Amino acid sequence: MAQSAKTDEGCWNKLNLQFVQHPSSDLASRGHLLLQGEKEERHAPTPSMTAYLLKRLAIAFATLVLASMVVFAVLEVLPGDPARLMLGMNASADQVELLRNQMGLNAPLVLRYLHWAGGLLSLDFGRSYTYSVPVIDLVRERLAVSLPLALIALALSTIIAIPVGLYSASRRGRAGDTISMGVAQLGVAVPNFWFALMLIYIFAVWLRLVPAGGFPGWAAGAWPALKSLLLPAVALALPQAAILARVTRSALIEVLNEDYIRTARAKGLPYRAVLWRHALRNAMIPVLTILGLQFAFLLAGTIIIENVFYLPGLGRLVFQAITQRDLIVVESVVMLLVAAVIAVNLVVDLSYAVVDPRLRTRQ
Amino acid sequence: MSLLEIDNLSLTIGDTQILKEMELSVAPGEVMGLVGESGSGKSMTALTVMRLLPHAARPTGRVTFDGIDILTATEDQMCALRGDDIGMVFQEPMTALNPVKTIGEQVAEGIRWHTRASRADAEERARKILDRVGLPSAKFPLSRYPHELSGGQRQRVVVAIACALKPKLLIADEPTTALDVVLQAQILDLLRDLVVENRMGLLLISHDLAVVTEMADRITILRHGEVMEAGDTARTLSGQLHPYTRQLAQASMHVPARAKPHRVGTDQPLLQVEGVTRDYPGRRISLFSRAPAIRAVDDVSLSMAPGQSVALVGRSGCGKSTLARMILALDRPGSGAIRFRGEAITGKSEAELKPARRDMQVVFQDPYGSFDPRQKVEKLVAEPLHVLEKKPTRAERREMVAHALHEVGLDQRDMDKYPHEFSGGQRQRLSIARAIITRPKLVVADEPVSALDVSIRAQILDLFAGLNQKLGIAYLFITHDLTVARAITDEVLVMHDGKIVERGRTSEVLDHPQSEAARALVTAAPDLHRAIARRMQEQG
Repeated sequence: MAQSAKTDEGCWNKLNLQFVQHPSSDLASRGHLLLQGEKEERHAPTPSMTAYLLKRLAIAFATLVLASMVVFAVLEVLPGDPARLMLGMNASADQVELLRNQMGLNAPLVLRYLHWAGGLLSLDFGRSYTYSVPVIDLVRERLAVSLPLALIALALSTIIAIPVGLYSASRRGRAGDTISMGVAQLGVAVPNFWFALMLIYIFAVWLRLVPAGGFPGWAAGAWPALKSLLLPAVALALPQAAILARVTRSALIEVLNEDYIRTARAKGLPYRAVLWRHALRNAMIPVLTILGLQFAFLLAGTIIIENVFYLPGLGRLVFQAITQRDLIVVESVVMLLVAAVIAVNLVVDLSYAVVDPRLRTRQ
Repeated sequence: MSLLEIDNLSLTIGDTQILKEMELSVAPGEVMGLVGESGSGKSMTALTVMRLLPHAARPTGRVTFDGIDILTATEDQMCALRGDDIGMVFQEPMTALNPVKTIGEQVAEGIRWHTRASRADAEERARKILDRVGLPSAKFPLSRYPHELSGGQRQRVVVAIACALKPKLLIADEPTTALDVVLQAQILDLLRDLVVENRMGLLLISHDLAVVTEMADRITILRHGEVMEAGDTARTLSGQLHPYTRQLAQASMHVPARAKPHRVGTDQPLLQVEGVTRDYPGRRISLFSRAPAIRAVDDVSLSMAPGQSVALVGRSGCGKSTLARMILALDRPGSGAIRFRGEAITGKSEAELKPARRDMQVVFQDPYGSFDPRQKVEKLVAEPLHVLEKKPTRAERREMVAHALHEVGLDQRDMDKYPHEFSGGQRQRLSIARAIITRPKLVVADEPVSALDVSIRAQILDLFAGLNQKLGIAYLFITHDLTVARAITDEVLVMHDGKIVERGRTSEVLDHPQSEAARALVTAAPDLHRAIARRMQEQG
């Protein structure tokens, strides 16, 4: 990886120089964020764009409601009475009944669902059985670790993957392509906890640049907190970057065979300018799809990395809640993740329309 | 002094020799026509001049443009030439523009790159050139996207990109092949005017001898990468001294021999279309409203006798393909009735349609796209057999496929090959074999020869004519190419804006068109005889 990163860096430095030298080009500043779209300010949203937006929002909301019903129903049919679980096996039937009434467990199903869903809407998730604190506090505390971690990892993955994908696609079949895709293959294959261990060994144990694990909390200052998230973020990002680089490469190769690439070349644009200006944005749709999926994964699927680095993240919270049958926590975190995934998908859908004007008018 | 001088150019890709000792020159203000069949190396010549060849290509020889040796120039020099001094227009306008960028951006991009003009200045120049190519700002603001334009309009944008900086040389590679004849005439006029205005050299590449004759001062005829003949257009084509030139010219004007139209002894019409209308819902313009519906086919009636060959001609977008889809029961009319052999086919279920499907088949335009590349010919040609009442055994099926292949002039051993092992013309023969295997009474052919080279096209027309005589198949040819209509049909229907505006005997309609739409088609259609005659006058 290190070797290919080095070659990439060299290659992109040259590229940027070339763009900076060209007075009419604002590409250097635009960089890989071409996907953000450059049209917003020049095009007021058209009616069809508004329609697209409203439709997507409606679908997202309907999905959320449906998901909440499924989550609620699944936890209903699971064996185990929360009241009994809380009071222990020795509690009397009367005690259990009393608690059930207090917890509202004897109310009709629909009422309980509405009560629970209403609570979700007002961010009242209930109290954790095991921690005896409001679930929202637990989640908030854990999100303060998981969300920055996911965002840093996603940013790293994008920053690595897109240049590598561009580089590979532009040298298709040549040594540079073979080497970087070989490394990417390795990145996909090697488990991330192994990366994590290697990173700890090199940067924490050997070079002593960053802590080997734990999280000091944001109260200790932004830099120490960020420092302790750095290694886990890299460990998470590398395999994701490897996947994303391969997707970027194949999407680009497909686009580079299109006729309009030849048209752009015939205008006199150098190959690299064509790659950035014409190919990349057209190749963004599959890349955005994968990015959306990766973000959802990074938010909650990081349990192993959290364990390796002793990070108090969402993944560990869910894991502990499941082993301790703290169902209300499980329920809340699952709903939170469902909401996050739906929100990310909504953003991905909208960014499709930003990237490709044809989707704005599609029925 | 020539602007472009190609001298002793040879080109290999891998082990394949593409061009061999090719010679060609273009002077300023001159139109050079480069003619040849597919695979003759025309496009590769253009790409060599642009130095946009595939990686594996190895050119040798000399190509000089305006004193610059193209083959040894650096990539930076080439980038400076491309789009500035040499512009290029491509064949396929539908895919030649970047779908995610506005037309303004795409035209202005080259201007900004070469002149380092500010965005505003470049856009102003882009506006001017778009006005010049016939895309006025009222209807075509710079903020339009390619998908909002039609094929002809997109080709105008491509011409605007190529000519934005008034290049000394314009290379146009089959610029009108994908367009209908009226659009073709418009684009050719535009190119001719631009040549005169800017004293631009034009290298016009085409497989269509008539188009090149109308446009070119001089002509170069290429075959298998070698120049067969070159010289003044009029002299070359009127003399037809070289056997290959003669062969090309004859194939372009080929009319298959057909005896009396085949008649089956019934008076019942084969196909009756009565008052058929088809609307497509309009584009959604806001959440609650749509643009008014588009009427693709508007109250069309027609009737075909058994064994009759009818042409349905019209410009692209006139509704002829929609009508054909309804006749084939692939689409349902909004109103009206279609009867095939006396039986209504509108509103029937798929199972009830089986007998009708057996008796009508279809041949599509693109012999490359209409076959699954992973299936063998036997399976592909046997595809329509599932509509037979009794499923044939494997041996029977092979027998039928072999027979169909034989009828279209292919070998029965071809049935174990895959589509990629055939040339374009052979593939079109396969499509025809597939269409006739059920012994249909009607074959609908949608532009069946427009993707083919002239000599192949002459053979395929012969094949159609022969099968009409032998098997009594009636044809409905959908085409914008009047030479095809003239060559092979008895009657012609002219369609315009969803309506049939004129009908009658083919020769009558094409020689004395009455309606405006028919006249436009006839005037715009390139005609080799006429073009040579005119050239003769001009060039003496």
